[in-house]
Amino acid sequence: MERALLILMGSALVLFLAAPLLGLIVATSFSDFTAGLANPLVWPALRLSFLTTTASLLFLVVLGTPLAWTLSRVNNRFMSSVEVLVRLPAVIPPAVAGVALLLAFGRRGMLAGWLYPRGSSVAFTTAAVVMAEIFVSAPFFVQAAASAFRRLDTNCLIVARTLGASHFRVFFRIALPLAAPGILAGAAMSWARALGEFGATLMFAGNFTGITQTLPLAIYTALESDLRAAQALSLVLVVVAFAVLLFVRFVLARTTADELREY
Amino acid sequence: MLKLKKKVVLKSSANPPRASTRDRTRNRVTLVLRTLYIASALTTLVACRHSKPEANPTRGEDKLVVFAAASLREVFGRESEAFKKLHSGVGVTFNFAGTQEIRTQLEQGAPADVFASADERHMKALQDTARVDASLIFGQNEPVMIVAKERTTTIRALADLPMAQRIVVGVPEVPIGKYTLQILDNASRSLGVDFRARVEARIVSRELNVRQVLAKVTLGEADAGIVYRTDVGNHRDDVSIVTIPPEMNVIAKYPIAVVRAAAHPKLAQQWVSFILSEQGQEILRGAGFIVPPPNETIH
Repeated sequence: MERALLILMGSALVLFLAAPLLGLIVATSFSDFTAGLANPLVWPALRLSFLTTTASLLFLVVLGTPLAWTLSRVNNRFMSSVEVLVRLPAVIPPAVAGVALLLAFGRRGMLAGWLYPRGSSVAFTTAAVVMAEIFVSAPFFVQAAASAFRRLDTNCLIVARTLGASHFRVFFRIALPLAAPGILAGAAMSWARALGEFGATLMFAGNFTGITQTLPLAIYTALESDLRAAQALSLVLVVVAFAVLLFVRFVLARTTADELREY
Repeated sequence: MLKLKKKVVLKSSANPPRASTRDRTRNRVTLVLRTLYIASALTTLVACRHSKPEANPTRGEDKLVVFAAASLREVFGRESEAFKKLHSGVGVTFNFAGTQEIRTQLEQGAPADVFASADERHMKALQDTARVDASLIFGQNEPVMIVAKERTTTIRALADLPMAQRIVVGVPEVPIGKYTLQILDNASRSLGVDFRARVEARIVSRELNVRQVLAKVTLGEADAGIVYRTDVGNHRDDVSIVTIPPEMNVIAKYPIAVVRAAAHPKLAQQWVSFILSEQGQEILRGAGFIVPPPNETIH
């Protein structure tokens, strides 16, 4: 009885989530798809999205992993506030994030005097796209990485230190490999979030084919001129995201199996 | 012999030991979560029951739904205040966006009573697909160039536009974007055949409606952009307005029409008539739109 109820309530949500995706697939015929892909907006957007999400992910992993490590190891009030701060971008509406980025890094922004002595600004550049993506996807990565580090058995780390390993060695040879599945999952989530970012990019970076028009912006622009291109792009986005998440799931499943086998 | 049996009461060492703080917190959290879950499940069930729209709306406000171009935001607000004074018990809801966005929504069957466009192209497209009835031009607008404060001294005429480092325009689908391209083509006739190319080399972003173009320039992110004269309204101190020479400029024509599947067709017709009436036209004129002087009909 309880099982049936659980399944019923769960299925309701699953069906709701699946319906729009199915609608997208069903509504786009193959000829529509190929015609849509021929739109000049498509390939620049695909390339740009790929480049910017890779760049933002790299930045995030390099800068976010130490932050997550610190968050997991140090437990005081200051670090709690830092953790709340890192979570904030996930809660702010993206358009607000875009305006905030402008007010901080724009030509008349808070940091304009220091960053731009000659008066230009980072807005309308590809760098701005990367900045916006990092801003909105950081919470997902840092949270997941910090949780992964927190789940580590500290005994392993302590023993390693008593055996003479340096902090670096403990981190890179013990903590990181053990926490890798969780970190990988966090990276996948933050990558997906960066790929879908729209509001902040539109406000902060602008909308220019090849420079700042990412996939979501291209879809939105195409929606009002060539519906087939919008549908084709949407399908591509969904398929790519699905494939990557599936791949990560597969890698995670294998890693956990390997870990279990060692015990 | 009195045997005093001393009753030995086995006292436990203390009261039953309290659960540790962690356990107590965990129990509390579990309790809260369980309550929240049940509460949300109940709310969802109740909400589902009540979400059916009432078959006959009780005698309250009749809500007219107007889809209008972004540049009409303030002036239509004022029109609706005057309209409500004439028709008591009527409410007006607006959806302001780039005209192309509204057109897409109407093509997909969005419920609206009136459509006011910033160009004839999108109105005609909807008429071709029988989404709207016949339209009438209710006003005109003049595109102007706006320049950010930082560049006011260097960019003083349309001919100076290629000197801007960053220009923001509308996408070609949005009326102002189309008008901009036409203006650039017109300008190329006297300012050099490569004028449009030189300007396009400086375009850094194509926005989806005219208010976004305005925002980028007033925020100082872009040096210059082309918007309607009526948009500058509250930002007169933030940007400088440069008039485009009349021989190069394109006057925007704004048509209005009743949507064919309107839920309130009579009210929609009354709105259109009000916009075209002397009072409605006066409000438009006050906002900076180009309307014919009184006693002249628009075709």
